[in-house]
Amino acid sequence: MANQIPFVEYLVLGDRPHLVANECTACQARFFDRRNACANCFGTEFTKTEIATDGEVRSFTIVTFAAPGVHVPFVSAIVDCGGTSVRGNIVNTPPDPDHVTLAMKVRLTTFTLGTDDEGTEAVNFGFEPAL
Amino acid sequence: MASDDIWILGIRMTKFGKYPDKDTVDLAAEAAMAALADGGVTMRDIGILAAGNLMGGGGMGQMLQKQIGQTGIPVYNVANACATGATALRTAIMAVKAGECDMGLAVGVEKLAGAGLLGGGGRAKSDGNVYKPAGRFGAVGPVDGRIGTEAMPGVFAQVGMEYGHKYGGADFELFAKISEKNHAHSTLNPLAAYSKRMTLEEIMNDVMIAYPNTRPMCSANCDGAAAAVVVSGAKLRTLSLEQQRRAVKVSASVLTTDPWQEACQVLPDVNTLTRNAAKIAYAQAGVGPEDLDLVELHDCFATAELVHYDNLMLCREGEAVDFFNSGATWRDGTMPVNVSGGLESKGHPIAATGIANIWEVCHHLRGEAGDRQIEGAKVGLAHVIGLGSACGIHILEKSAA
Repeated sequence: MANQIPFVEYLVLGDRPHLVANECTACQARFFDRRNACANCFGTEFTKTEIATDGEVRSFTIVTFAAPGVHVPFVSAIVDCGGTSVRGNIVNTPPDPDHVTLAMKVRLTTFTLGTDDEGTEAVNFGFEPAL
Repeated sequence: MASDDIWILGIRMTKFGKYPDKDTVDLAAEAAMAALADGGVTMRDIGILAAGNLMGGGGMGQMLQKQIGQTGIPVYNVANACATGATALRTAIMAVKAGECDMGLAVGVEKLAGAGLLGGGGRAKSDGNVYKPAGRFGAVGPVDGRIGTEAMPGVFAQVGMEYGHKYGGADFELFAKISEKNHAHSTLNPLAAYSKRMTLEEIMNDVMIAYPNTRPMCSANCDGAAAAVVVSGAKLRTLSLEQQRRAVKVSASVLTTDPWQEACQVLPDVNTLTRNAAKIAYAQAGVGPEDLDLVELHDCFATAELVHYDNLMLCREGEAVDFFNSGATWRDGTMPVNVSGGLESKGHPIAATGIANIWEVCHHLRGEAGDRQIEGAKVGLAHVIGLGSACGIHILEKSAA
């Protein structure tokens, strides 16, 4: 199997792909990037926490016109994963309002985006309908 | 008029549109000189200049001085995304309120015609063909389009759809109807970039940009400038009766940013900071939403207008859909919203917008709005959102003089 690299650092690959966040130890606010102090309570201690892989679509848009180099159409969604909001694409379903709906149940999935000159695969995440 | 009250003495916007033969300084100068003339004053009277321009590279205030009058006064060049104009105005107001001077000039200008999509695209691809994590998220490529959208039409589509998820009733047709209203309003505004009435069918069948926003449901990129002269109550008392009669009282001037909310790292929260600003503004002005005769709010996309009905408390919480469907926000309704045509048709030259919307409200309060005059308008509210985020709200009142 080729070497793999997650498309973003907050995606953990392996047998059970999932997202991780930096969680404030004082108020449990979660951040996908690094913070010097918690934006909510100014606490300075964070711990890594795993984000639920099942979620519900709280909002979405179907982007049909984008900047050069961005493949369209794609579905961008805000997914409520057990109380943590995650942004990601809805994949493995046609990008139209008949197949993507508010409050639909989804689950995290991963897929290869491409391979670099050293044979490393970039793996991204998205959300697919949970049947 | 109380000595420490703040008044708009002169205000003007250029026609919004395409100006291939004018640069940003030309447009800023046109608006600034018109605002000075409207107030019956000159650069000699101005004690502070606040200038907003987002895409031009900085130093607009000093360039403008060289174009219309260099008097050595302090210049504050400000930037706050789409709230830049309101921020410039607020800066001038704060200086006058602080007693640093008794008259200030605020200018916002942008050249945006043909600018295309704002906000998306992500960072440039790294050199070579070996994946290397970079940036805050350690991404090995641009995230726009791969982890949701970063471009404005999609971001604000999600803002509107989220409201639909929370309260129901907000679908493609409803958002298109909001756009239909604003395009209808624009036909009466000679300064709008686009003033063509569009049917609901035309709007819904136009090019889809980011569902549910089609092209006419998006703010129009265009060129334009707006400027305002603010004056203290004490100084206004020394001016002519005509100047006092046309002056418009700034009953509230508020700027907020977005407080932390659970989801704000993945979808900008344009709601909380608007609601906070509205609460402060109503308290400052001593008026409530029911006292407003007209509202200019930040309809950067049709999906955004809906949520701001709620955020500005023009309707009860969760009832924005019913509120719109009642016809309240059409110009003949109980709460006319965006009678200028809004950003969807008047246009949105970013840094000019936050002063141009105040010009629209002042125009009605002075009874000078001609064909689109809201009869008997006494109190109006102007709102802008700059993503990132900043919210500016001003409440304006007709002069009692």
